[in-house]
Amino acid sequence: MAFRNYILVCGGTACESSKANAIYEALLAECKAQGVADEVQVLKTGCFGFCEQGPIVKILPEDSFYVQIKPEDAKELIAEHVVKGREVKRLLYTKDCGRKHARVEDIEFYQKQFRIVLRNCGFIDPENIEEYIAREGYVALEKVLFEMSSDDVIAELRTAGLRGRGGAGFPTWMKWNFTRQAESDQKFIVVNADEGDPGAYMDRSTLEGDPHSVLEAMVIAGKTVGSNQGYIYIRAEYPLAIKRLEIAMAQAREMGLLGKNILGSGFDFDIEIRLGAGAFVCGEETALLASIEGKRGMPVPRPPFPAVKGLWGKPTVINNVETWANIAMIIVKGGDWFSRIGTADSSGTKVFALTGKIRNSGLVEVPMGTTLREIIYDIGGGIADGKEFKAVQTGGPSGGVITKEYLDTPIDFGSLTKLGSMMGSGGMIIMDEDDCIVDVAKFYLNFSVDESCGKCSPCRIGGRSLANLLEKISKGNGELADLDQMIEIGEAMKKASLCALGQTAPNPILSSLHYFRDEYLAHIVDKKCPAGKCKSLISYNILPDKCIGCTACARKCPVAAISGERREVHVIDQAACIKCGVCFETCKFGAIEVR
Amino acid sequence: MIYEPALFGDPDEEAGMAKMTLEELRKLRDSKKFAIKKRDIEGKDTQIIVGMGTCGIAAGAKVVLDAFLQELDAQQLENVSVTQSGCMGLCYVEPTVEVIAPDMPPVIYGKVDAAVAKTIIRDHIMHKKMVSDHVFDRPSVDIIKDGGK
Repeated sequence: MAFRNYILVCGGTACESSKANAIYEALLAECKAQGVADEVQVLKTGCFGFCEQGPIVKILPEDSFYVQIKPEDAKELIAEHVVKGREVKRLLYTKDCGRKHARVEDIEFYQKQFRIVLRNCGFIDPENIEEYIAREGYVALEKVLFEMSSDDVIAELRTAGLRGRGGAGFPTWMKWNFTRQAESDQKFIVVNADEGDPGAYMDRSTLEGDPHSVLEAMVIAGKTVGSNQGYIYIRAEYPLAIKRLEIAMAQAREMGLLGKNILGSGFDFDIEIRLGAGAFVCGEETALLASIEGKRGMPVPRPPFPAVKGLWGKPTVINNVETWANIAMIIVKGGDWFSRIGTADSSGTKVFALTGKIRNSGLVEVPMGTTLREIIYDIGGGIADGKEFKAVQTGGPSGGVITKEYLDTPIDFGSLTKLGSMMGSGGMIIMDEDDCIVDVAKFYLNFSVDESCGKCSPCRIGGRSLANLLEKISKGNGELADLDQMIEIGEAMKKASLCALGQTAPNPILSSLHYFRDEYLAHIVDKKCPAGKCKSLISYNILPDKCIGCTACARKCPVAAISGERREVHVIDQAACIKCGVCFETCKFGAIEVR
Repeated sequence: MIYEPALFGDPDEEAGMAKMTLEELRKLRDSKKFAIKKRDIEGKDTQIIVGMGTCGIAAGAKVVLDAFLQELDAQQLENVSVTQSGCMGLCYVEPTVEVIAPDMPPVIYGKVDAAVAKTIIRDHIMHKKMVSDHVFDRPSVDIIKDGGK
C-alpha cells in the first residue's frame, strides 16, 4: 500500500482543546466518503509548536501548512487538496505581509529553530512505537546494551556537556556517575515531569509528542548506573501525556524493550508512573522523591544528594523530561556532535514556551546562545497589537525580569543568572507597556507564597512578609523604607531557605526592583501606577469636552456610579466606582481617561 | 521494590506477543524506515507532477498516479516526491506528467499509462534517459515574471 498524501493533525493539548480530535475524525471520515482512504494516511502527531495558530493540519508531500482548521473544513481539504491537488488558499498560513506562506520552511517561526528534543514532535504518531523505531528509535539503546560500557556512556555525556534542563544546569554525566559509583543493592531512575511554572509546557509537549524518547533514555540510564526500576513522576493535570506514556510503555513491553531480558541482553528494566497532585514544591527533587514514597511532598536538606541517597534511601538518578529527551540523540550521534551545538559552557538546545503579550505564542527549540531578541522578534513575531516591549520573565516564579537593553544577550545558563534571572525550565512570559511591574511581581510572589510547603521559616514567613509589603505598595500606602526592607528579606530568604522554591521566590521582586525602581517609586512617592493596573492608584474620569452624553457608559456601569442626563456631560462618583474599567472600554469617543 | 510485571506474563506462555531480539528490532526498523522517510520532505530532489484536472482523471491519471507510487516503493526510491496539479493545458495528450529531476531538463510526458509510468521511473529517473516516445512539451514559462512587478 502506498500513500500519496500524509495528513498530520496536531494532537497536542492546545490543539486538542480546540477540537483537533474532531478534525482528525472528520478527515478520516471524509477520506472514506471521497474514496481516497487507501491513498492518504491521516495521523495525529505531537505539538507542532505553533500553538498561536492552532489547530494545525499539515499535508505532505506538498508541505502545506493549514492553520485554525475547523472540523467543517475537512471536506474541502480532502476534496480540493487531496482529490484535485489544489491547495486550499483560504486556510493556508498567511503572515501580515500579505504573502501566502504555503511551505513550512518559509515560515519565520520555524527558521531559527533547531530541533533535538522535539525531533519527532509533530512528525510521528506518538501512539505507534513503530514510527519511533523507524526514526532511529532505540538505536541508542542497542548501542548501550551491546556495544558500550558504562564508562563509555558517561564519557559520551561528559563530552556532550549536557546540563540539566530543569533549570539548575547541573552536569548530567556527574549525576549519573555519582549514582553509578554508589554501592547499593537497588538504585532508581526518576523522571521529573512535574512541570509547575506558570506558562511552561515544554515537558508536557515532549511527552505527548514523543514519549519513547524519554522511555529509551531511562533504560539507557538504568543500564549505565545499574538500576532496574524507573519512575515517571507526572502531574495529574496532564491526562493526555499520561495516556500516551501508558500506551508507549505497553507497546515497549510488548516488544520486549521494557521488562525482563530486554532484547535478549539479560538486562531487566521496568517503569511505573506516579501521579502528582500538582504541588509546585514537588518539582523540587527531594520533595518529589518524598511524594513518590507516599509521604507529604516536602524538601529535605541536601547533601546527601539523591544521586547517592534518594528514593527510599537508595541512589537515584533524577532528571527533568527535556534532559532525558536529549540522551538518545547524544548516544546515536556522539557527544562531540552535541557539544558543537550551542555555546561553550551550555551545549545543545533549549526548548522555550513563549507566552504573554507575544504575537506567536508557542513552543520553540533553539540552540543555546540564541539571543532573546531572536526568540522574541524573529521567532515570536514581536509584541502583539503593536505595543511596546517592556520586559520578559524567564524562569517563571523563580526567575526575574529582563529588560530591553539586554535583549541581545545570548541565552545560556550563565548569562541569565548574571542578569538576575535564570534559565529555569523554559517558560518565557513577555510583558508589554500595559503590564505593571509591581503587579507582575505580586503575581509571581503570591504564587510562590501559595505553593510554599511551610517547612522552613525563611520561605514561609519571609514570603508572606514580602507579599504584605507589595500589597501595601500597590494600595498606595508604601513608604521608601519598604524597598530596603524587601531587599533585606529577599536576600535573607535566598541564603536561608531550605530548597530552591524559597531561595528563588524573591527573585521577581529583587530583579524588578533593580531594573524598574522608578516604577516602584511612582507607586510610593507619586501614588501613581504608570501602567494603570493597580486599582487603588488609579481613577477613571470623564473629560467634559469629549463627553456627548450618549449614556452608554452609565448603562454598562455595574455599580451605577455614573450619572448624567442624556446629551449632557456625565460624572463618575469616585466613592462608588470599583474601577472595573468597563466605562473606559465602552466609550467610543475617548471621553474617559485613566489617571 | 523490584517491579512485578503485571501487564505481561511469561514470554514462553504468550507466544503471540513475542519479545523482540536485537535482530528483529533491526529488521523492523529497516522495514519501517522507508515508509517514514517518504513522509520526510527533506532530501527529495526529484519531482513527479501528475496532471489531475478533470481531463486527466477522465483519461486515467488516477491509475498513473498509483502506478508511480507503487513503482517508487518497488524500487525503494527515497528522493522522489509525487504531487498533483491541475490541468496543464495539454488535454489532447492526457494523462500528462511533468518530471523534474537533477541533471535532466524538465519534461512533460503525455499519454502516460501505468506501463509508461514504470518506464519513466526506470529510464528517466534511475538511468537519466528520456522516454522519447512520450515527450510532448516543456512546461510553459510565465511570460510576465513575478506577476508583472
